[in-house]
Amino acid sequence: MADDTMVAKEGVEKETVAAVKSLGDKYKYGWETDVEMDYAPKGLTEDIVRLISQKNEEPEWMTDWRLSAYRRWLQMEEPEWAMVEYPEIDFQNQYYYARPKSFETKPKSLDEVDPKLLATYEKLGIPLKEQMILAGVEGAGEVPADGDNSERKVAVDAVFDSVSVGTTFQKELREAGVIFCSISEAIREHPELVKKYLGSVVPPTDNFYATLNSAVFSDGSFVYIPPGVRCPMELSTYFRINAENTGQFERTLIIADKEAYVSYLEGCTAPQRDTAQLHAAVVEIVILDDAEVKYSTVQNWYPGDEEGKGGIYNFVTKRADCRGDRSKVMWTQVETGSAVTWKYPSCVLRGDDSQGEFYSIAITNNMQQADTGTKMTHLGKNTRSRIVSKGISAGKSNNTYRGLVSMHPKAKNSRNYTQCDSLLIGDQCGAHTVPYIEVKNQSSRVEHEATTSKVDDDQMFYCRQRGMDEEEAVALIVNGFAKEVLQALPMEFAMEAQQLVAISLEGSVG
Amino acid sequence: MAVAKEKLLARKRDALAERLGALTMPEGGAWITEARKAALSRLEATGLPAPRDEYWRFTPPGALNAAEAAPAALFDHGGEMPVFDAVDRVRIVFVDGVFDADASDDLSLAGVEIERLSDAATKDIHWAKGLYGVIEELGQTPVERPLAALNTAFATDGVLIRVTGKAEKPVSLIYRHESETSDAYLHNVVKLEAGAEMTLLENGPAAARFNKCLEVDVGKGARFHHIRAQGRDHERQAVTSMFVRQDAESLFKSFTLTANGRLTRNEAFILLQGRDASAHIAGAALGHGDFHHDDTVFITHDAENCESRQVFKKVLQKGAVGTFQGKILVQRGAQKTDGYQKSQSLLLDDDAQFLAKPELEIYADDVACSHGSTSGAIDEDMLFYLRARGIDRETSMDLLVIAFVAEAMEEIEDEGFRDEIIGRLEAWLLRRRS
Repeated sequence: MADDTMVAKEGVEKETVAAVKSLGDKYKYGWETDVEMDYAPKGLTEDIVRLISQKNEEPEWMTDWRLSAYRRWLQMEEPEWAMVEYPEIDFQNQYYYARPKSFETKPKSLDEVDPKLLATYEKLGIPLKEQMILAGVEGAGEVPADGDNSERKVAVDAVFDSVSVGTTFQKELREAGVIFCSISEAIREHPELVKKYLGSVVPPTDNFYATLNSAVFSDGSFVYIPPGVRCPMELSTYFRINAENTGQFERTLIIADKEAYVSYLEGCTAPQRDTAQLHAAVVEIVILDDAEVKYSTVQNWYPGDEEGKGGIYNFVTKRADCRGDRSKVMWTQVETGSAVTWKYPSCVLRGDDSQGEFYSIAITNNMQQADTGTKMTHLGKNTRSRIVSKGISAGKSNNTYRGLVSMHPKAKNSRNYTQCDSLLIGDQCGAHTVPYIEVKNQSSRVEHEATTSKVDDDQMFYCRQRGMDEEEAVALIVNGFAKEVLQALPMEFAMEAQQLVAISLEGSVG
Repeated sequence: MAVAKEKLLARKRDALAERLGALTMPEGGAWITEARKAALSRLEATGLPAPRDEYWRFTPPGALNAAEAAPAALFDHGGEMPVFDAVDRVRIVFVDGVFDADASDDLSLAGVEIERLSDAATKDIHWAKGLYGVIEELGQTPVERPLAALNTAFATDGVLIRVTGKAEKPVSLIYRHESETSDAYLHNVVKLEAGAEMTLLENGPAAARFNKCLEVDVGKGARFHHIRAQGRDHERQAVTSMFVRQDAESLFKSFTLTANGRLTRNEAFILLQGRDASAHIAGAALGHGDFHHDDTVFITHDAENCESRQVFKKVLQKGAVGTFQGKILVQRGAQKTDGYQKSQSLLLDDDAQFLAKPELEIYADDVACSHGSTSGAIDEDMLFYLRARGIDRETSMDLLVIAFVAEAMEEIEDEGFRDEIIGRLEAWLLRRRS
């Protein structure tokens, strides 16, 4: 019944739902595209760093930047403070560069893209319009922007393993003055912007994984919104880890100049694997005066099987710097995948009257482990932040919220409100809350609330009585529990996210 | 082990080696020497706390680690009567960390046996064998407490109290600081047999630097009340550790008032081991100027249907720092747990700081656990309301401060004691004005 309601309401394909159901406990996106890959040798040395830089045709300053990060990384140690456990990662047993062979000469147009790649996107469930665009259907990219929701547009910069395969809607974005391209292209075409902003939010020395990323990032997205421009469409990157044993090191840099606005979507799926894969991405966002950035993520990488075998290790550094006065950032994340998640999208509220928001749903099932949260660093006056975190643990998983709210002495009259709710499904899982609160001035107000509870028996009874099976009922209740966060997502994502919530919790009851 | 971790441990052990040079383990009988040696080996494994330790990041441990404490000038209490003096109680007085029989009352009390720790060498105090250092050891997980292990190993004095019935009077531990002594190490053990009941009062600074450990074993259905007022000497430093183990249907209630003191670290570890037990721990801390107060509270639910409640309030100004670290740990199988934790601070000016880490770690699904933590200034609307009724600004402020900490004081069950504590609070506020 829940499925029917969802289909009727959200227009999700019946076959998709049926296909997902038929997979049972199997991972929905557990398949692998057989595209020839071009690998750099395993392991990490200065030569590999140089090779990555050379393959991306980078200027010397960029190579040096990477090398200094690499040298720094050699001195660093893996952080151990998160509540996650995993076998030691052999950083020398990873590929740091892989890309589809058919890219060795870059495609002039999307027609030249390997059809298997396009099929990959189809399986990923990229909306039809974008598929057409990605497939190079003539005229598909020229639908004018308008306010009609049914015609909402999303520009995709798809990342297939390590190289961006195509960027759509380029023309329209160009007209608006928006730069949306792969970071390697930006390094070549817009070095002045990259030099100015890359590493200015997450410095190359920031932490073990960010430093590693700085040395070896293969590609990623670059966004620049010029002053006063409201980006005419939502920008989106689909991340995808495809080749076995390939670490994915994406680097995203978003700059919203004065009075600019952009909404950015990041969605991820990865094929089923037996050996764990490493992912260490960095996302940097710079927001100048009166600008606003919304960054939404649905993360659905392979979580490993019921015994905890396989799955992605996701060690991500995401940070937004509200550098300008009255600037605003909003992080929304739905974390359902990965065997291990280590992720703290943060806000540095430097400008006066700047605002940071963090909305998160983290779902763990089976043997998954998630340690995620945010940091709100209030530096400017009258800054405001809001944290809404919903953690759902099932199976034998552990789900930790870890966050910092810091009010610096000069952040007068600032406000923070934090709400962390945890829901436990089953008696073998764990839900933890580790907030840090540091208040160093009198006029700021900080409020933190956290609760932990289980799926309410009465609610379950009510749903069951109306003919829902147990799993449907749990999915419905959990979606209700996480409603505040789901509502913060852009519409395209909200639907996918609701489905994901149900899929992620399969097998957690009964 | 990671290199950084190894280096840190080496530094912590070096700090310990330096500290141990200044200490001698007191002589004692077989069992107590064994307990002390076991504590020493726990301590040697961990070393002394370091600023990089997770639970010391808000409170630099340097002053507590130093081989010798900085001397503290004796404090002039003015005309103030010592706290609890009006109460009919059995007084046990320690002067500069040593039991003073002349100043103390006769230690006989119906239903209560009181022994000196130093008599453990000669007397067979069989019931204390399974307790001294034992609950402390339980409290070393999940987080190590080196300064408590140090206390168990080197405590020079203290009392062992066994309660078999309902104590008709409170037992009162008074720690006087009268000479230039710099350090005092006291270790007290309280065992409440099934159904027993007692109120324990504690007050006084003891020394320039006071390291105190209290182990409490609350038997089935027993009830233990604890009310403490830490000395209001400006220069004193203290690290106190409370280790509590509760059996089924037992009740533990503790309240601490801290006004002044350069550095106070109050640690508590409560283990709810029997079902239907209840633990309440509360504290009010008032700091003005050179004041650092740290409450580090861990409550572990390891049985079904237990309740725990933490309420900590801090009023801070003129550079005072208040920190709170608390954890509710619900072990697998501790279903029907009801855990509540509240930590709040009132910052009266821009120099004050509040640092908090209220944690939940939960491994059972049928639980209701929550925590709240807030920090802010006096509400101007409330102030206006009082001022509009003709109350002067300072009195209004004091009223609002008392209202703010009232919730913590409500955890004191006995009205008489509650009034006494409120009286102390009012006097402190009045003095602060001048």
